[in-house]
Amino acid sequence: MKSEFSPPIGRISQINGKCISLIGNDIDTDRIIPARFLKCIDFNSLGKSVFEDDRKTLKGRHPFDLEENKNASILIVNSNFGCGSSREHAPQALMRWGIKAIIGESFAEIFYSNCLAIGIPCFTLPKKSIQKIQIYNDKNFLFLEIDLKNSLAKSQDLDFQLDIKESSRKMFLSGEWDATSTLLENENLIKNKFNELPYLKFSSN
Amino acid sequence: MSQDTLFDKVWDLHKVSSLPGGSDQIFIGLHLIHEVTSPQAFGALKDKNLKVKFPDRTVATVDHIVPTDNQSRPFKDSLAEQMIETLENNCLEHKIRFFNIGSGNQGIVHVVAPELGLTQPGMTIACGDSHTSTHGAFGSIAFGIGTSQVRDVLATQTIAMNKLKVRQIWCDKKLSQGVYAKDLVLHIINVLGVKAGVGFAYEFAGPAIEELSMEERMTICNMSIEGGARCGYINPDEKTFSYIKNKLYSPQNEYWDNALLWWKSLKSDENSVYDDVIKLDASKIEPTVTWGITPGQSIGINQKIPLLDELSANDKLVAEEAYEYMSFKPGQSIKDTPVDVCFIGSCTNGRISDLRVAAKVLKNKKVSKNVKAFVVPGSEKVANKAKQEGLDQIFKDSGFQWREPGCSMCLAMNSDKLIGNQVSASSSNRNFKGRQGSPSGRTLLMSPAMVAAAAINGKVSDVREFIIK
Repeated sequence: MKSEFSPPIGRISQINGKCISLIGNDIDTDRIIPARFLKCIDFNSLGKSVFEDDRKTLKGRHPFDLEENKNASILIVNSNFGCGSSREHAPQALMRWGIKAIIGESFAEIFYSNCLAIGIPCFTLPKKSIQKIQIYNDKNFLFLEIDLKNSLAKSQDLDFQLDIKESSRKMFLSGEWDATSTLLENENLIKNKFNELPYLKFSSN
Repeated sequence: MSQDTLFDKVWDLHKVSSLPGGSDQIFIGLHLIHEVTSPQAFGALKDKNLKVKFPDRTVATVDHIVPTDNQSRPFKDSLAEQMIETLENNCLEHKIRFFNIGSGNQGIVHVVAPELGLTQPGMTIACGDSHTSTHGAFGSIAFGIGTSQVRDVLATQTIAMNKLKVRQIWCDKKLSQGVYAKDLVLHIINVLGVKAGVGFAYEFAGPAIEELSMEERMTICNMSIEGGARCGYINPDEKTFSYIKNKLYSPQNEYWDNALLWWKSLKSDENSVYDDVIKLDASKIEPTVTWGITPGQSIGINQKIPLLDELSANDKLVAEEAYEYMSFKPGQSIKDTPVDVCFIGSCTNGRISDLRVAAKVLKNKKVSKNVKAFVVPGSEKVANKAKQEGLDQIFKDSGFQWREPGCSMCLAMNSDKLIGNQVSASSSNRNFKGRQGSPSGRTLLMSPAMVAAAAINGKVSDVREFIIK
C-alpha cells in the first residue's frame, strides 16, 4: 500500500504497473470491502481494509498480502467482478491500496461506473487471455504498459488488444470521467428539462 | 436496439444532452439519499464549492446503520452516531427533506419512498444503493449509483450514463399456492444467471406479473440487480395507480387526473421492440431456497444441490467455492438443513404484506428452541400498521423478537449479525460470503413465509405443509 495517496486527476492516457491476479468469478463488493468498514464519513482509511475477511481467512496467502504483489497497480480478475452493492467504497478501497486499472473477463455494471467516476479504467479481455495472464503472472513478474489511446497492453512477453467502452475510453482521455463540471456546462438545458417534466407539475410538495 | 418500451420513453424524456464521450446526460426526477453513501458526496460538493441544485428533488432517510433494539440517541455505536449526525447536518444545511427516526416516516429508503407516494410512474429515480431498482415496480426507471454520482446528482440533478438495452422477461401463467414473488425472482436469477443483466434493463411482464400486488412487484424489481440488471421495471396498471392514490406525496385533487392521464400513456407499446425476450412458466416454480454464495445458486425446496457435472463450465468455479463455504455436499437436499437464525425484513421483504404472510404461518405456533428469530419492519409506517393489525403480538407470542425499522441483518452494519458459521434463513437479498456480519456466516435466502416455516421447525421446510391443509 502506498503511504501517500493522491487520487487521479484530469486526462488518463497511460497506466504502467505491476500486475496482481485475483482468481474467482462473482467476487462481490461485500468481499472487496465488508459492510462494517462503511461506517465512515470519508474514504481515506479504506485501503488497508480491502478484502479484509478474505485475507484473514487465507492467513497471509491472499494475493493482496503476498510480498511479490507489493506496489502492484493493475488488477487482473475473472468474470462479474464487483457484483452486488453499489458501494463506491469498493473501488475506493482498491484505489487506496494502489490499484490504478483493472483488466477482467467482465464487470458488474454499478462497479464499472463507479470505477469510471473515480478514474480507474476497467478493460475486458476474453476468458482465455485472462487465464493466460493469470497463469503467466503466477510464475513471473508481469509489468504492463497500458496505452488508452490505442487500447493496448504491452509487456516483455505478452501483448494484448484490450476492450473498453468507447465512451469510457474517450472520457478517460479527455478527463471528463470526473463528470461534474461537464454536466454543469449544460446548466440551461438542465433548467429547461426541469420545467418540461410533466410530473414535477403534479404536486406542490 | 429497443424501441417504444417504457424504458425508451422515460429515458428519452429525461435526456438532457448527448455528452462528448458518447454517453447521455440524464435528468434525475427523484433522488433518495441515506447515511452511508452520501457523506462523501456532500464533502465533495464542499471541496468543489458547489450547492445542491434542486434540494426539493432529494429526499433523505436513515436506514443502514440504525440499531433495531435501542434507538435512543446518541447511539451506542459512536461511528453510527457520527453518520446519522452528518446526515442530519447535511440535510439541514442544504434544506433537504429528511425523515428521521421518530418522524413516523423513517425506514428503509426503498420501503419509505413508495409508501409516501414519492415513487411514481415515469420518473427517473436514483439512490446510492443498488436496490433502487425496487422503484421500477411503479413503471419508473430507477437505478443504484455510487457516491461520485450522488455528488453529481446533488450538484446538477443529472448523471452521465449509457442507455441500457431492454430484455423482457415474460412470466406466463400464475404462481401456485405457497409460492411468492421472492421465489419467482430467485428462479429468474437462477435461470438467467447473476451477470446476464449487465447492460440491460429488465422489463418484467406477463400474466404472473400482472397478478402480483404492488408490494410483490417491488420484491421482483428489487432483486433485478442480483441478476446483474441495474434497473428492472413493470408497466404501470390500475394496481399501480390505486396504490399511489391518497399517499402523502401523491398528486392530489385536479393534479391526480392529469397524472393518471400521463401515467397511462407510459407503458410499453404493443409493438415495442426488445433487445431480448425470455419466457418462463411461473406455475412450475416451487418455493425456492439459495444453497450457495450468489443469489443465482438456488433450487426448489424438493430439489437437490446440483452436482458439479450438472453445471455449466462458467458456474463450476463459484459452485466449488460455495460447497466449501456452505459445507454442503453436491447432491444433498436443502430441505431439513438446520438453521440457527431466522430474519424477516429488508427492502426485499420487509413490507406489511410480507409480515402478514409470515404471521399467518406463525399464528399459534412456536419458534424452535434452537433458533434465534427476529423481525425488522421495513419502516415506521409498516411497524405501526403491523401493530394495528396485532401482527407484532403474533410474532412475539411465537418467539420472534419484534424490532425497530432499519436494514438490520440484511447487511449487518448495525449490531444484528451472525456469529461464527451460523446458518440463517433470511428474507433478504444477498447470500454473499460474510454478508450477514460474520466472515464465515452462511445465508439461505427464501421468502418470508419460508423463513417463518424454518423458524418453527428449526430447519429448512416447505411452507406449503403449513398453509395447505
